[in-house]
Amino acid sequence: MLTGRVWRYGDHVNTDLIIPGRYLDDYNAASLAAHAMEDIDPQFAGAVRAGDIIVAGRNFGCGSSREQAPLALKAAGVGAVIASSVARIFYRNCINVGLPVIICHDAAGMFASGDIAEIDLSGGIVRNAGTGECARFDPLPGFLLEILEGGGLVPFMKGRLAQGP
Amino acid sequence: MIPMTFAQRVLSRASGRSVVAGDIVQAKVDLAMSHENSALVLRSFREIGAERIWDPSKVVILFDHRIPANTIKTAESHREVRGFARGAELPHFYDLGEGICHQVLPEKGHVRPGMLIVGSDSHTTTYGALGAFSTGIGATEMASVWATGEIWLRVPETLRIRIRGKLAPHLRSKDVILSIIGQLGADGADYKCVEFTGDAVDRMSVASRMVLSNMSIEMGAKAGVCFPDATTDEWLTGRVPGWSGIDGDYGQNAAPDEQMDVEVSSLAPQVACPHQVDNVCDVTEVEGTRIDQAVLGSCTNGRLEDLAAAEAVLRGRRVHRDVRFIVVPASREIYIEAARSGILASLASSGAVIVNPGCGPCLGGHQGLLASGERCISTTNRNFKGRMGSPSTEVYLASPDTVAASAIRGEIADPRRV
Repeated sequence: MLTGRVWRYGDHVNTDLIIPGRYLDDYNAASLAAHAMEDIDPQFAGAVRAGDIIVAGRNFGCGSSREQAPLALKAAGVGAVIASSVARIFYRNCINVGLPVIICHDAAGMFASGDIAEIDLSGGIVRNAGTGECARFDPLPGFLLEILEGGGLVPFMKGRLAQGP
Repeated sequence: MIPMTFAQRVLSRASGRSVVAGDIVQAKVDLAMSHENSALVLRSFREIGAERIWDPSKVVILFDHRIPANTIKTAESHREVRGFARGAELPHFYDLGEGICHQVLPEKGHVRPGMLIVGSDSHTTTYGALGAFSTGIGATEMASVWATGEIWLRVPETLRIRIRGKLAPHLRSKDVILSIIGQLGADGADYKCVEFTGDAVDRMSVASRMVLSNMSIEMGAKAGVCFPDATTDEWLTGRVPGWSGIDGDYGQNAAPDEQMDVEVSSLAPQVACPHQVDNVCDVTEVEGTRIDQAVLGSCTNGRLEDLAAAEAVLRGRRVHRDVRFIVVPASREIYIEAARSGILASLASSGAVIVNPGCGPCLGGHQGLLASGERCISTTNRNFKGRMGSPSTEVYLASPDTVAASAIRGEIADPRRV
């Protein structure tokens, strides 16, 4: 079970808002984290706490393929992203860097910033701890859940390559 | 037997089994492209303990985002990737001299119809203009592709967009795709394979088709395809080693999951207003909006026909004194052609600043960033807040004709009346 304080955002939060292009010559996760969400919410990087959860509307993470977007969020402490819909490259990148990502159409309407969200990843349930309101989502396919729970694609591939062909 | 869609055909071949939309397949990749973020790919590649690239002949690395190096950090990561490419003896490493990946790969003959291509760049959809199934992925996933040559993919549903009618003078494929994105929305084609068909597409050059495929990602598409035809065949001849011509069937006769019809005969020049690509209107609605900068270039509109279109509008006229007009040819080949044919001299005479082939200021890295409060009209593909500089700037997206007309006027202008 993942539990965290909610940061609520709207529709079409793009990757330039999550981590602007001007910082992309830096691949250091901590440096990127300092600029996470800078152009949409300048307070975010300074106030986010470990385990906090982003809840957003449609098309979260649209735009660039920059893996620095989920990396910046993860390094800033974000424990999960929930959105009504998620752009496909961002979605894959989240799993690959080990940041839980949930597509749940009904969740966006259940939360305001500061609420506490609870997520049962394998059970497919998200709950507002304050109001008790729940919503269901399709859990990730088994192999993706395995990648995610193992910490992302790097540890997964490391294990696979170590086993040999 | 029900005919397979383009996406099903390519992914069936690549996965070695017959697939339908919704299946998740493990597919063999025909070509893997990455640019500056090869530094990030390389880090993951080393972390996973991979020792060698699965097939160096199928990997292309080049630099285009920040060339020549704009910061010491960039220079260091260029050096690291350059060293790796040399050490691994990659046959297809292009340093900073060639231009934008999405123009260079087709030009150098790496792209063929029916291929499965992945690139660590969202605009990898561009290669769909030549009939490849081509999509963007992240850096760590690219590391896994480098190691294994494989990737998991969900077989997408197909949205066929039939584009009919003859474009009026000064109307370009950029206006067509902006109009479509405006109608469908920034997530209107999420996860789908978009097929562009119809007599308007049939008449388009490969360069114009690339604009459609390129910007498919701006409505969330996984791939954006134009079916190969005689135009494709002619373009590929002489570029692809051993090219033996197109096949007859790429899935044109399959039934798409959805279809949309677009009539473009009466289309007006389109502009995507801040800060979303689907915030589209006719140019007439924003005419007169003052601009500080105009940009012509990018993987969307930095090709020879784009430079020629802008030059035709600007010929013998001057860029407005309050406007910086930045021109970025998409590749070395285009740069040379545009120089030989006098296009660059004419643009420069009009007051354009011509920079080296590459991504230029499109992604806000260098070569023309915007100061707070400034406004830019650009032929690029994204107008997100802060995309080209300070977060308090505004970017409008339009065709080469509209950008050139606006550069003359110092305000957003209708190219049909400049």
